[in-house]
Parts: sequence; structure tokens; C-alpha cells
Amino acid sequence: MGTLNAKRVKQFVMDKAIFLVLLLLVIVIAVINPRILRLQVLRDILMMSSTKIIMALGMMFVILTGGVDLGGGRLVGMAAVISASMLQTADYVRRFYPDLGQVPVIIPILLAVAVGTLFGMMNGLIVAKFKVPAFIATLSSMLIIYGINSIYFNMPPNNSQPIGGLRADFTFLGSGSVGFVPVIVVFAALVSIIVWFVLNKTVFGKNVYAVGGNPEAAAVSGINITKTLVGLFGVCGFLIALSGVLEAARTGGATNNYGNGYELDAIASCVVGGVSTTGGVGTVSGVIAGVIIFSFINYGLTFIGVNPYWQNIIKGVIIVAAVSFDIRKYVQKK
Amino acid sequence: MYVLEMDHVSKAFPGVKALDDVTLKVRPGTVHALMGENGAGKSTLMKCLFGLYSMDEGQISFNGQPVNISSVKEALSLGISMIHQELHLIPYRSVMENIWLGRYPRIGGSKSPVIDHKAMYEMTAALLKDLNLTTIQPTDLLRTLSVSKAQSVEIAKAVSYESKIIIMDEPSSSLTENEVEHLFTIIRSLKARGVAIIYISHKMEEILKISDDVTIMRDGKYVGTWPANELTTATIIKRMVGRDLTHRFPSGESVIGSELLRIEDYTSPNPRSFKDVSLTLHKGEILGIGGLVGAQRTEVMEAVFGLRLHSVGKLFIDGKEKVCNSAYDAKRLGMALLTEERRATGIFPVLSVQENLVIANINAYKNKNGLLNAAKMAADTKKSIKDLDIKTPSARTLIKSLSGGNQQKVLFARWLLTVPDILILDEPTRGIDVGAKYEIYVIMRELAAQGKGVIMISSEMPELLGMTDRIVVMSEGRVAGTVTSKETNQEEIMELATKYVG
Repeated sequence: MGTLNAKRVKQFVMDKAIFLVLLLLVIVIAVINPRILRLQVLRDILMMSSTKIIMALGMMFVILTGGVDLGGGRLVGMAAVISASMLQTADYVRRFYPDLGQVPVIIPILLAVAVGTLFGMMNGLIVAKFKVPAFIATLSSMLIIYGINSIYFNMPPNNSQPIGGLRADFTFLGSGSVGFVPVIVVFAALVSIIVWFVLNKTVFGKNVYAVGGNPEAAAVSGINITKTLVGLFGVCGFLIALSGVLEAARTGGATNNYGNGYELDAIASCVVGGVSTTGGVGTVSGVIAGVIIFSFINYGLTFIGVNPYWQNIIKGVIIVAAVSFDIRKYVQKK
Repeated sequence: MYVLEMDHVSKAFPGVKALDDVTLKVRPGTVHALMGENGAGKSTLMKCLFGLYSMDEGQISFNGQPVNISSVKEALSLGISMIHQELHLIPYRSVMENIWLGRYPRIGGSKSPVIDHKAMYEMTAALLKDLNLTTIQPTDLLRTLSVSKAQSVEIAKAVSYESKIIIMDEPSSSLTENEVEHLFTIIRSLKARGVAIIYISHKMEEILKISDDVTIMRDGKYVGTWPANELTTATIIKRMVGRDLTHRFPSGESVIGSELLRIEDYTSPNPRSFKDVSLTLHKGEILGIGGLVGAQRTEVMEAVFGLRLHSVGKLFIDGKEKVCNSAYDAKRLGMALLTEERRATGIFPVLSVQENLVIANINAYKNKNGLLNAAKMAADTKKSIKDLDIKTPSARTLIKSLSGGNQQKVLFARWLLTVPDILILDEPTRGIDVGAKYEIYVIMRELAAQGKGVIMISSEMPELLGMTDRIVVMSEGRVAGTVTSKETNQEEIMELATKYVG
């Protein structure tokens, strides 16, 4: 009985190795500067994590099929610029649309999210129909999205000026709170619940896992693979654009360079959270844990005064370690 | 009255006529074996039936009604299922999700997006019970199941479609003898329900045992259909190859020389793997390794070759103790290994025949500047193609477009270029048609005649008995006994193979 338990413990440690290492890092940070454990700081970290959780959950759909969305970061920028450009206060001096009236806050948000969904679906269509690997398809859309967004951002009279002076009813979504609970955290929680439901309880969700786990099996079982891919890339675009909108609301501004590189954080969080890069395996709870741990380390390293260049090195090591542990789990042990 | 009639089916691919006026008529509630060498067109015919290919010409009637099958979905909804050779299952999903994939029960009608997990569980449990597969739970993850159980899940899936016809493509190729028996039990119960089985296999003994009718194809053409009880192995082979193949195995006496390889007490660090395995191979000898699938035969040989760990054990070559901890060591010691999984660990599918041939011996083609000598590689390739009679349009052809038998010959040639003394062959004729099998046997005989030692792992009894000099029979990771091939029989080997089972 004793050996069995020892074995189980060993298996558990193996399976959760990266998690344990990161928890250790969290503890180290907390020991060096215990002030990071104050409720206010933890709340800040949670707020910072919220948009990233939404984005990483979108990314998860694509990684579940063995791909990545490299255009995600640029899409965050586009969604941020679109929504911010139409939601400036009436008395702000440098308005993007000087003559635009007071539009309902929901309209620019829907517009930005619709654009994101559309770009996502286009990625899916290219992957499904032309058999272009997701890596390449989204590399192209990364360039295209950034190009279009920069042209839009450079339109007179804005001429590539940072967009500021956002309306209070918009920024409330990103930085406001009801009592002690930040609105943005509520958003993240709602999105997480919905995504969990979709992945676990709906036909579409099961089809995502099926297409990711064994596309041939999915095909011979009569699953419409094109529809599933277009759908899941669409969901990815939708969630990433939503996180872009909320990022603008949270920070109170937007430029065309917003979100640059966020896709890598999202991919890293998914991987650390146990989403297998070979497809078919991953959970919502894992992704959320991945994002929060990553944010904590990000924030914590700054908090204890680690040089930002070193932070990059540490993050890089974490990602490689996470993937090697992940692969170890699936490789037949000899 | 037939449940399925395929008439005058033709199908051409660029450059080849894969099917030429083929007929297949299947009676309900029977097992209909479809036989032919690799490349005879069996798979193409089945893919036409299953909606994966469209026919150029021909007519399919199902239950007497002409039908047009243009997609897998249509085939499935008509009641035609296919159990593929490589199982089409999703490893990290549960049994029930795999079975109801693509048609999950839904809460609130068929248009609803939400899955009814409770109904799915109950339907799966009922289905498994119905098929007497009670050792499988609906919530088991597929990857935790054995190949045999996974296949049972595929069969359960086919039954759940209320299939009238189930196509089984080489269903027994990775099953143990016990598991094949279990498969046959399931097949008989399917027959009793009126389901027709189209059974594709290269194993004659199985075909004769399980099937009612046998249709034979050759070179994309229909040869004929006969009741199985009128056929023998010899007549089937004759009709498949279109010539008499009186000898299934090349004749020839082995001249056994001195001891070449000896392993002592090989034991795996994994307690469920092999234990205390000792065996000896002589020059000029063909040594068989028999046993059930799962007896750890492959694992032992991979350990000998340095691909797997062993915690205890000594290796002697020509009587001298050696260390072999990697395939690199093994190659240096004069060993060669043809792995069991040709596609996974043998060929480089998108590389040419030549590149596949020279890869194990690549260091020998380096000139003094460290560059490769193209002329020498081309010459060796040409010689190998000629010596082993590899049927390929050219040395530059991608190996994936060759038949399984010719791919296997390329792999043989690859290792022969390293001039090994010891060849370890793991299921060397699996999935290879009768003609090519014979050619592989001839190569093995020739190698033994040259004084090399050959070890062959095989799950095919006739092959073990017909080709080897001695057989080491393994059971549950241990050596159950060593027998002389000429003096033993199938029963004795089976008895040894099950010695430590259970």
C-alpha cells in the first residue's frame, strides 16, 4: 500500500511538475516581499489577469486543434483602437471622430468584437479549406490586421496620435468596480463559465476536442471539420477582440501598438495551464490557473525589483520547461 | 437475396486502374472475406462503399435499392460502418464520447446545442452490456484501454449506428490469439443479429475459420466468389496470386555455426515488462521469438538493441561481453533491427528510396572533406534495388508511394548496407501480401546461409514453424521455453505462450 501511495505521489508530481515549480516561485516572491500578499495587490493582479484570461481562453480553442493564433496580439490592438475611437468624451480636444455624437457604448464594442470574429473565421476558413497550417495563416493575418489597424489609426485628423479621453461609461467596464469587486473580473468570470459550458456541455465543444484529438476519426464520424474549424477560430477571434476592448477600457486609451506580443503570453499561459500543443487536451481551469500564475510572477518579479530583461529570460525558461514537462507526459516512457 | 450488391465497379487514379469491373455480393448475416494481395484493390473498393472515394463506373444496391453514396455520413446513415486498420478513436476522450461522436444525444431535441450526458452514459452502458463488453466503462478514457478493447469500442460504435454491414479492415493484425477469439465471438453475435461483415485479412487460417463466403481480387479485377468451406489455403493463394505457390516457405537447411549472440538475465526496470530473459543465437541460425502480443518480445529485443533500458543483464557477442546502450552502439556491434511499426519507426515517407536506403549507413559515404559521395550512394542504391528485387520506378521515387512489401525490402536493404552480423526482425511480414512475404523469406534464408544470425519475432504460427530453426517462446515477459522448430507444433507453442498468463 505504501509503495502504491509513493507511486501516486510521484505520478502527481510528474504531472503537475511545472505547476509546483511555479508555485514555488510564487512562494519565493512572497517570502522576499510579503507585501505582495495584501488584498489590494492581489486584486490588482486579478484585474490585470482578467483580460489575459479572456484572451487565453480564446487562444485555447486554437491550441486544442494543435495550432496557434499568432495574430492575437494585433487583434487586441485593433479591437482596442476601434472601440476607443468611437467612445471619446464630447469635450476631448483631439477626437478621432470630431463630429460623432454620443453613441450607445455597446455599439462600438459590438463592432470591434464582430471584426475580431470575422478575422478569426477567415483564419479558420483558410486553415480548413486551403490546409494552410494555423501558424502560417495567423502569421499572415497578424501582418494584415496590423496594417489595416495602422491605416485606420493614421486617418486624419487623428494622424497616429494615441487615442485618449475615453468616456466614463466605457472605462467603468475596465477599471470600475461594484463594491470591492472589479467589473472586469466579473467579465472574466462570466466568460470562463460560458467557455467551460461550451467546451464540456455542447456538441460544438466536443467537436473541438474531437477535431483536435484525431481529425481523421472526426471526419469518418461525419463531423463537419470545416464548420468546426471556422467556428472555433471565430470564437478565438471573438474572445481576443473582447479582451482588446476591455484592455482599452482598463487602461483608458489605445494605440495601434496595443497588444503587441500578447499572443505569446496567452500561448504560454495555456501551455503552463496544461493545454497540450499536440491538440485535444486542455481545461478551462488549467488555463485560468496558468494566466494567474503567470501574471503573479510577472507582477511579482517587478514588485521585488528584478530587472525587466531578466524577467524575459525567466519567462522563456518557464515556457520551455512547461512544454518539456507536458511532452514528457504524453511520450511513451521506455 | 443480398444485403449489398456492388456491380461493375471501376475506379482509376492518375496512371493506374485501381478497380476494373469489380463485383461484390454480400448476403445478410454472413461474414464475407475480401482477399487479395496488397494493391489488389480491396481497400479502394471498400473506400468506394464507405463514401471516401467516388466510383468512376458501377452501381451499388443496398437491400435491393440502388443507392448513391457520396460521403461517409451517407454511408453511416444507410447502415454501413467501417472498422479501420488504424483505429479512428480520440485518445483523451471517454468511451461514450467516442461512440456517439458526431451524433451526441441532446437535451431538448436534435437541434439543441447542449449534450445530454446522462442519456449518453445510459445508452453506452446498455450498448456495451448488449455486446457483453462489461469490462469497459462508458467513462473510461480511450488511451487507458488495450488495443483489443479499443477495437471493441469501435465495433460497439458500428453497432450503435444500427449498421447492416460492418467492414473490418485487418481487424486482427494487432490482437493476441485470445483477443482474436474474443473478436470472433463478437462477430458471431453480430451475425446472429443479421449484420453482414466484410472481413479483410491476410491471415488464411482466420479467413477459413470465420468466413462464410470469400471474394478474391487480383490486380484491381474480380477473380470470383466461393463458399469458404470449398476453399483451402492453397486454393486461395493460387487464386490470389494467379499462380501456384506450392511452397509458402523457401526450402533450405541451416548450417548452424558457433555462438554469435548471447544475452543473460535481461530484466527491465519496469516490473510489468520482461524479466530474466536469456537466449543464444548462432551463426547461420534463424531464431524465432514466439508468444502472445504483450509477452514483451519487442521490448526485450529493443533492450538488446539499446533502445530500452534494462536494469540487469549481460550481452555477449562472439563470446565477449559488450555494452550496448543505444542504437548507435548496436550498429557498431554489428546489429540491425527492423522495427515492427514500419510506418512509425521505419520509413521516412517523404524521402526517396535512395535516401531511405543509405540513412543507416550514411557515415560510410563521407569523403575526407566530410561531404557525401553521391556516386557511391547511387551505386549502392542501384545494387540494393537489384539484389532485393525492389519494385520502384526509380531511386528518386518517394518511399511512401511503394507497396508495403517493397517498403519492407527497402528497410531490409537499409540495414544490409551496414553489413550486420545479427539481424533482429520484428514482425517482418506484417501487412505484407503473400508474394512479397515469400521474397522476404528468401532474403532471410540467404542471410542465414551467409552465416549471419537472424532473430525473428512473429505472431504468425505458420511463419514461425516454417522459417525458424529454434523458437524461444515468451509468456508474460519471461522465457517459457525454447523448442526446436522441426519437432514442435502449434499446440506446444500455444501451451508455452500461455504458461505464465493469468
